[in-house]
Amino acid sequence: MTVEPTAAAPALAGQPAPAPLLSLTDIGKTYVEPVLRGVALQLHAGQVLALTGENGAGKSTLSKIVCGLEPATTGAMLLDGQPFQPASRAAAEQLGIRMVMQELNLLPTLSVAENLYLNQLPNRYGWIDRAKLERDAIAQMAKVGLNDIDPWTPVGQLGIGHQQMIEIARNLIGECRLLVLDEPTAMLTHREVELLFVQIERLKAAGVAIIYISHRLEELKRVADRIVVLRDGEMVCDDAIAGYSSADLVRLMVGRAADAEIDLSGRVIGAPLLRVHELGRKGVVHPTSLEVKAGQIVGIAGLIGSGRTELLRLIFGADSADSGQVFVGDTTVAAVINTPKDAVEAGIAMITEDRKGQGLLLQQSIAVNSTLARLEGVSKGGWLDGNAEAAVGADYIERLGVRSRNSAQAVAELSGGNQQKVVMARWLYRDVPVMLFDEPTRGIDIGAKFDIYHLLADLARQGKGLLIVSSDLRELMLICDRIAVMSAGRIVETFERGAWSQDAILSAAFSGYLGSNDHTHNDTAASAA
Amino acid sequence: MKNTTFQRGMASAKNYAGLIGALIAMCVLFGFASENFFTLSTLSTLSNDIPTLVVMAVGMTFVLIIGGIDLSVGSVMALAASILSLATVHWGWPVWASGLLGMAAATICGATTGLISVGWRIPSFIVSLGVLEIARGLAYQVTDSRTEYIGSAVEFISAPIVFGLSPAILIALAIVVAGQLVLTKSVLGRHWIGIGTNEEAVRLSGIAPRPRKVLVYALMGLLSGVGALFQVSRLEAADPNGGVGMELQVIAAVVIGGTSLMGGRGSVISTFIGVLIISVLEAGLAQVGVSEPMKRIVTGLVIVAAVVLDTYRRRGERA
Repeated sequence: MTVEPTAAAPALAGQPAPAPLLSLTDIGKTYVEPVLRGVALQLHAGQVLALTGENGAGKSTLSKIVCGLEPATTGAMLLDGQPFQPASRAAAEQLGIRMVMQELNLLPTLSVAENLYLNQLPNRYGWIDRAKLERDAIAQMAKVGLNDIDPWTPVGQLGIGHQQMIEIARNLIGECRLLVLDEPTAMLTHREVELLFVQIERLKAAGVAIIYISHRLEELKRVADRIVVLRDGEMVCDDAIAGYSSADLVRLMVGRAADAEIDLSGRVIGAPLLRVHELGRKGVVHPTSLEVKAGQIVGIAGLIGSGRTELLRLIFGADSADSGQVFVGDTTVAAVINTPKDAVEAGIAMITEDRKGQGLLLQQSIAVNSTLARLEGVSKGGWLDGNAEAAVGADYIERLGVRSRNSAQAVAELSGGNQQKVVMARWLYRDVPVMLFDEPTRGIDIGAKFDIYHLLADLARQGKGLLIVSSDLRELMLICDRIAVMSAGRIVETFERGAWSQDAILSAAFSGYLGSNDHTHNDTAASAA
Repeated sequence: MKNTTFQRGMASAKNYAGLIGALIAMCVLFGFASENFFTLSTLSTLSNDIPTLVVMAVGMTFVLIIGGIDLSVGSVMALAASILSLATVHWGWPVWASGLLGMAAATICGATTGLISVGWRIPSFIVSLGVLEIARGLAYQVTDSRTEYIGSAVEFISAPIVFGLSPAILIALAIVVAGQLVLTKSVLGRHWIGIGTNEEAVRLSGIAPRPRKVLVYALMGLLSGVGALFQVSRLEAADPNGGVGMELQVIAAVVIGGTSLMGGRGSVISTFIGVLIISVLEAGLAQVGVSEPMKRIVTGLVIVAAVVLDTYRRRGERA
């Protein structure tokens, strides 16, 4: 006897339209600023949905909402037509919704088997039932094609690709109806990526719905049926993937250039302020040269892991270089830079991408944070002048428009954009000629972004030389005189203002990864754009 | 501008209100429980015991503020005392010279902990545990494991001079005031607080954190040496077994004072009040005739309660 599925969807012309497994309406999320707005989509069993967008477009936030890691601020979700509001990740997992995060969550010293069943180890009166654990683990590993690995191998001894498969296998224990994969190939070699794709096909055939988050467009086109593109927290595309070229997707991700312009006039391009000559570090940055003149804004574009941040850190002495020299000012005498202290004394500042982790003293006040790099300015004979400190803090609050109560307020209480202004204040007060910026506007709202752009233009007008790393191409194209593109640890191409295009920059960014199929673990295995 | 300085002063007075309140409550409690509590003998016991603990707790406050810990302080104190006695008794050195030698040895111990833990990036917990054993062994070696009697040559440091206060306690108070000033008003103190809050941010601001961290451990050693001098003067003898378990007492006093074990936050004045609380507690319990085992249980409970309360207080601030 055949039982027709009694799905809620009305039957059309005798054929039941498949009910969506998951449907989202008007999903939004606001932290301090809105990061996700009005997302509506439907996902069916056995479907692979590619979710893409620039960094900060809202991909991870959306998947966290689906998996119960974050509650949505607005909107509703339906699972099998029933209201779905997971209170926690565990609650979502109960209903078969699983997520493999970007960062692997395995315990390297424990065996594969123990990692797989960590939260439900088979046991008798508290003693682990090794025979059953081994049986179950072997069965589970077979599901993802790991037939030739001893389940008692410590996870730390396996390659990153196998670890990823184990993470996936762990999520397939029990019921799995929807699997979210967040940048699953970020750390995989070419062969491991192929292995993953085989397993995705297998899961798809078994009726598992998959949300595949990535910005590797070639990959998306291979595995996905549908494409959803997010831009600045909004859905700009939800369509069958077949008709889209990589160029189409890039255009959707990046959007048109921002309408606003930044006034870059009034600058005098002067003598070279920073010359980097063949600076490199084995396995991270190939010997690299570049130059920044007074009043000039030079950008560095490239994918994450292309060596952009690493190059800045080498220039600043935060990491030590194996080769090359750095010249500060119009001189032929190389600066001796072994530590950040040396760099600052030579006249270089660096504003890191990790504001909270490497930039700010979060629990301390705005005044303390803005004077940190130049306490000589607010002290006499080694003794601080509290009033002078407060005055410096208040001065920068005024000049940079830091939204705060007063200079005694702890920076932890400020929004991201205002925190970034405090980091900038520290270096403005120190007043050095060369400033390196790593992702100066990451994670801050659009209004504060433009405040920062205007500030950067002002610094250039004052004759400082700026070197800016950013993942946001629009940003670089808005404010830079020149953009150097890094790929696989070297500068592959340099574009002058007027001679660049998004497509050209992007293809340069990918060029270093073309045709290299035998990466080591740590290399980024990217497909070509 | 005077006004803001005054306001800042008031704000910090508020920070001490809880601790001082707890201290007063304890005194009142013991005053009722034992008629002998408010007597000269209690006071003199206290003022004899306190100086050593105070100077070492000041050093430990700095160590905790930079996010480290030093478990060796009790043994380092015993080593400094042993060397002092060796130089005075066997070499016939004048007390001031042997005192300096003892302090120098203690400073070297502290600097060793600092250099090794900072140089190789090893947790100071484990390095200082090793130094604890080494210093204790050296103390036994130097004294042949015997208590050395020094006699009245060192007595004057603990003898009352004004208002019943000894040079030892006056020096200890001066070190508290100096310590608080360095912490809150000096560039160096600001660097230490910065290092404890976010060492990488400090490094990337062009300040070298490592020499400044080593300096803190060396200072801890020096202050353990000063503590040794006070201890020797009180006992008129150097005991190589002295200061066993003292590191715990010192750390407890600092933590009761509200200095964070995670680094970045602390106050020398609060540490001083923490020392008073611990000392009054022990003296008071002894006065009411509580047994030694019970004394330790109560002291332990107070330490745990203080830390739990402090956690609540901080959560309240953040909310």
